[in-house]
This record gives sequence, structure tokens and C-alpha cells, in this order.
Amino acid sequence: MKSMPKDYLQPMRIVVHLLRKEFIQIFHNKGMLPLIFVMPFIQLVILSNAATFDVAQVPFHLQDYDRTPLSEHLVKRFTSTGYFRMTGESSRQDKGIDALISREADMVIVIPREFEKEMINSGHARIQLVINAEDGFNAGVVRGYAYEIISSFNRDIKRLLPQMSSPATVQPNIEIRSSGWYNPELVYSEYMVPGVLVVLVTIIGLFLSAMNVVREKEIGTIDQINVTPIKRWQFITGKLFPFLVIGLGELTVGLLIARVAFHVPMLGSYALIYFVATIYLLVVLGMGLLISTTTDTQQQAMFIAWFFTVIFILLSGLFTPIESMPHWAQNLTQLNPIRHFVDIIRRIMLKGSVIEEILVPLGILSVQSAVMLTLAIVRYRKISA
Amino acid sequence: MNPAVTTENLSKRFGKVEALRGISFCVPEAELFGLIGADGAGKTTLFRILATLILPDAGNASLLGLDTVKSYRAIRTRIGYMPGRFSLYQDLSVEENLNFFATVFGTTVKENYELIRDIYVQLEPFRSRRAGQLSGGMKQKLALCCALVHRPELLLLDEPTTGVDAVSRQEFWQMLGRLKQQGITILVSTPYMDEASLCDRVAFLQEGRVLAIDTPTGITTLFRKPLFAVRSRDKHRLITKLRTYEHAASVFAFGDSVHYTDLRQSPEPHELKAWLKTEGFDDAEAEPVKPGIEDTFMALMESGESPEENS
Repeated sequence: MKSMPKDYLQPMRIVVHLLRKEFIQIFHNKGMLPLIFVMPFIQLVILSNAATFDVAQVPFHLQDYDRTPLSEHLVKRFTSTGYFRMTGESSRQDKGIDALISREADMVIVIPREFEKEMINSGHARIQLVINAEDGFNAGVVRGYAYEIISSFNRDIKRLLPQMSSPATVQPNIEIRSSGWYNPELVYSEYMVPGVLVVLVTIIGLFLSAMNVVREKEIGTIDQINVTPIKRWQFITGKLFPFLVIGLGELTVGLLIARVAFHVPMLGSYALIYFVATIYLLVVLGMGLLISTTTDTQQQAMFIAWFFTVIFILLSGLFTPIESMPHWAQNLTQLNPIRHFVDIIRRIMLKGSVIEEILVPLGILSVQSAVMLTLAIVRYRKISA
Repeated sequence: MNPAVTTENLSKRFGKVEALRGISFCVPEAELFGLIGADGAGKTTLFRILATLILPDAGNASLLGLDTVKSYRAIRTRIGYMPGRFSLYQDLSVEENLNFFATVFGTTVKENYELIRDIYVQLEPFRSRRAGQLSGGMKQKLALCCALVHRPELLLLDEPTTGVDAVSRQEFWQMLGRLKQQGITILVSTPYMDEASLCDRVAFLQEGRVLAIDTPTGITTLFRKPLFAVRSRDKHRLITKLRTYEHAASVFAFGDSVHYTDLRQSPEPHELKAWLKTEGFDDAEAEPVKPGIEDTFMALMESGESPEENS
């Protein structure tokens, strides 16, 4: 062995060559490229359009026992918004229930006799809404729409009923006005696109990294790597960096699609999004490498990666609000990196949040990335017992 | 001369399987040392311990004076290991693989070109072909190149010629000979007996134990029983019949003849021939032959223990 002069650049040169190798392998793999670069965006477009919480054209059944100009006016309010359409009318209670059961209608509006008269005399009147709550979420949305329509009806009641007796009671005592800030029209694509984007970046990052080291184990190349003097940090860096670049590339195209195809506003700074995304990807990639170094086959790695992906997505608040989860599950979501990144990216894009405002979730992500990377490096062994 | 490899009582078990049961041997510098054994004899486990990839349960091994457990880092820069399974990057080209392994060892192909030139010239026409698309022989040459690119002092080659055609095997062994001349110690395992005779010394391995270590010619002296080559047209029936002969010790097919050993100290070949005639083998020929490595190996396998202890 010749004694070589100490070359301080040598460790970096090894990393650079590891990177080159990974990139060559990725670009040599003709089958993988479209999976990485086309599939996610098809998903983005499909999911963002399909996964909307808007409930359009709710069918309702009407039972108007009053049949006055005021009751007719109220019904017209429902039908004219475009959110509701009338599918039937009757004056017997069981007919309404039948309509719900046969799914002919999702809601029954019951306007009692003397609705108008009571309104004129006392300033109060009641109507009944029977909503099919098989799908609780759906029912909530329907109730929200109905509530909105009735409130606006309440506000206009003085104009509609000039003959109303006591002006003091004209205005309902409690008036709840809701309006969607940061997304005033509640356009769901604006809300969904950033979230779906996070999921795509996660899936690509997690699966590419989880399959990588274990693949080298399966084809035996890990043995050849392990007998070289490559250090653990060099190996892990060589594995992390290419996927970080791919992940950020994916994010870039996704953001572009969000802007051009979905017109999602961007109130915050792109630089901040990339900064957070880098930290987030380190969590995901660290986790992927951890899975990869602790499994023996790609099949095992695939199952574990899926296990976590499903839990993370379902507990991310992307499809079901975190607030409606049981308490223990809400606490659990604090450990979920997807939840935090979804939260941050929505805040930055829709609200224009700056770094001071996202310090808590960002801090959690930073801690997670440190833990994951440390575990991945520690668990990767070049010698086995 | 300092030993390049020493192992003392190496043992390794995987669950219930005892892969190695106390392996001890010593290989001096610049020797071409062969490990012969059937599949499952423990050759690969032994190589993996020596290559610092797995830890032994008991015993110790040192390479170039360095302990495989304590000084594994230093060892890795000074040895070249070629696993039994082709383990280069199939999706990288010949050149990319070679450059990659040169760099991770902190060197360049150019620096050690002279060492690998003989092999590399044969690979040159396929420089930009992916390693996965090379023929078996070419793959092994590339693997050898990659194992040599950092100029190791010791080569560990685990069944390098398994699944390679006869011509490539021959070329491969010629290369090993040249590398040995350059002072590189080579530890090679092979299931082929003809290759065993090309080694300076060989060790027979069975069920994790060393049965014998000697030079290829020396090892045949361990074969003490009288050996005959018996020929007849109907080889298959000959084998079956010979096994029923009262004095038969062992009967194996060997090329176009049958190798037969007798239980008696000095049997007469004409006696055997006469018996065969009565059994209907009119054309039977029997002549005493010198035992080869394969005969010795078979005999040792049969007895399952060291012949020195046996006789």
C-alpha cells in the first residue's frame, strides 16, 4: 500500500461519485422514469378534481303545509341557489320519510301550517329539516348550506314581510355569520391541491428511498459496497440527495400545475415552501432509508412503506378534519409529518404565512428529520453478526 | 514469509445450521490457495467472514496481519472481494462500474491500469454495454477488474468460475496465475476439481470442517487404497454391478471409466476382470491408476473425516 498524501477532498469525491451512480441508475431505468415524472401529476389532476367536499344539487322533498307567499319564497330560496333541487312534494309525513329511505331525497323540508302568520305576529317561526345522515360528513355540508340559506332569508324577512308587527323582533337575536377566510368561495381545489401535492411528494420520496437500499441487498451489490472503505455518512448522503432532488423537482412541477391548471393562489414565498419541503423530505427519506436498511426484501419494504403511508394520509387532516377525530387520534397526528407539511403548505399558499407563523410545525418536522436520519445512519450496518 | 491469511478455529452458525465448525488454516503471501468443497460446505460463509462482512461466532481470522473484527476498516482498503453472486451494478455500463469502484477506493482506473490491462482489453469492446447484458464470462472478468482496481494485496474470489464456459474458465485461471506472479495472494473457491490442480495448495472443506490441506499432488498421497479404472460398454450396469462385489470399497463414475477401490491391501486386477467376466462383462478392462484430486476428495467426503486420523 502506497502512503498517499492526505486528500481532504477525497471523501466528497466519493459522495459525488455515489450521486452520479444513483442518477445514472435512475435515468437508465426506462420503466421507472414515467412512474416518477408522469404518474404523480395524473394523480394530482384527478384527485384534486375528484376529491372535493362540495355537495352539488342536493335533492330534497318538500312538505309545505302553509302554502303562503312567504313559504313559497323560502322554497324558492332553496331551489334558486343551485345547491338544492326539489325532487318531490307531499303533504303526508310518511311520504317524506319514504323519499329519504328510497334515496329520492337527502333532505325533507317541512314548513308547518301558519308559518307566515306566526312570523307576522311574533317574529318567530319554525321549520323542520330532516337530513339523511348516513354519510355524516355529507349531512354536515347539507346542513351548512341550508343554514346559510335560512340565515339570508332571516335577514331579508323585513323586506319580504313589511306587515310584520314588532320591528324589534325582526332581526333574529343571534345571528351567526360564517365566511370562509383565505378561501372565501370555499373552492375545494384550492384547499385540496396543496394537500394532494404533499401526498405525492411523500409517496415518491418514501417509496424510492425505501426500495433503494433493500434492492441493493436483493441483487447483492450491497456486499460489494460494504467491502469498500465508503463511510456510512457518505453512503446515506449518496442515497438521500438524489431523492431529495427528485422530490423537489416533483414539487416544482406540482406547484406549476397548481398555479396554471387550478389557479391556486400563492400568497406566501416560494423560498419558504422549498425550505420547508427540504426539511420535510429529509424526514420522509430518512424514514424510507430506515425501512430499507431494516428489511431484507423489497416486498417487506413495500408493505411497511404502505402501512405508514396509509396511516399518515388518513391522519393528515387532508380528507377528514383533525378536529373531528377522537382525542387520542388528534394527539397521534402531532407525530404525523404529512399533517404538518399539509398544514404549512396551505398556510403559506392560501394565507401567506411567514416563517415566524409556522415555527411550531416546522420545529416538529426538524426534530423528526434529525431523529429519522440518525436512526437510518445508525441502523445501516456494513457488518452483520 | 508472513502469512497473508490465518484463521484459528473459526466457527459460525445460522440458527440451527452450523456453517463453520472450527476452521483453521494459514496462507502465505503470494500463494494461490484453493478451497474445495461441495455446495453448503461453508465456503461462502468463510469468505464473508474474511471479507469483514459478517462476524464469526468463535475463533478469529487475520488478513495481512490485521484482525477481521477489530481492523475491518483497514482490511477493506487492502483486499479485493468477488462474491459468488455477480454483484456489480447491472444497470451501469462496464466503464461506469469500473470508474465507480475505483473512486470509492480513492483511486482511478488510469492509476492501476497496468494491473488490469490484460483483462480490460477483453472488456474494452463492451465498454459502454450495461453489465447486466454481458455474458457470464465477461461478467466475471469485469468483476475481477473491479476487485483489482484498487491494487489489493489479497484477492478473495468466491466461486469465480461457476457458470462460466470452459474457455473463459481457462482464461480466468491464466489471469490468476499472472496476478500471483505480481505478488498478490489469492484465495479462491471452486467446485471444479480440474481447477483445484492449478492451485499451489488446496483445502478440502466439508460441513464446515477442513478435511485436508496440501498441495494438489501432495493431497493425492492421502489416498491410500488401491484404485482401478474399469471400463466397459455398459457403464451404468457396470457401476451397479461393481457395487455388489464383495471386495468393493467405492465405485464412482469418472469420465469415460469407472473408478473402483478395493477393500483389500493388494488386490489383483485380473481377479477383478475374471469376476466381471462371470457377471457378463466380456469387454471389461481393469487397470491400476494413480489417484487424482477428485478421487481423493470423493474418498475424504465418503469417510467424512481426516484420513490421517483414519489410517
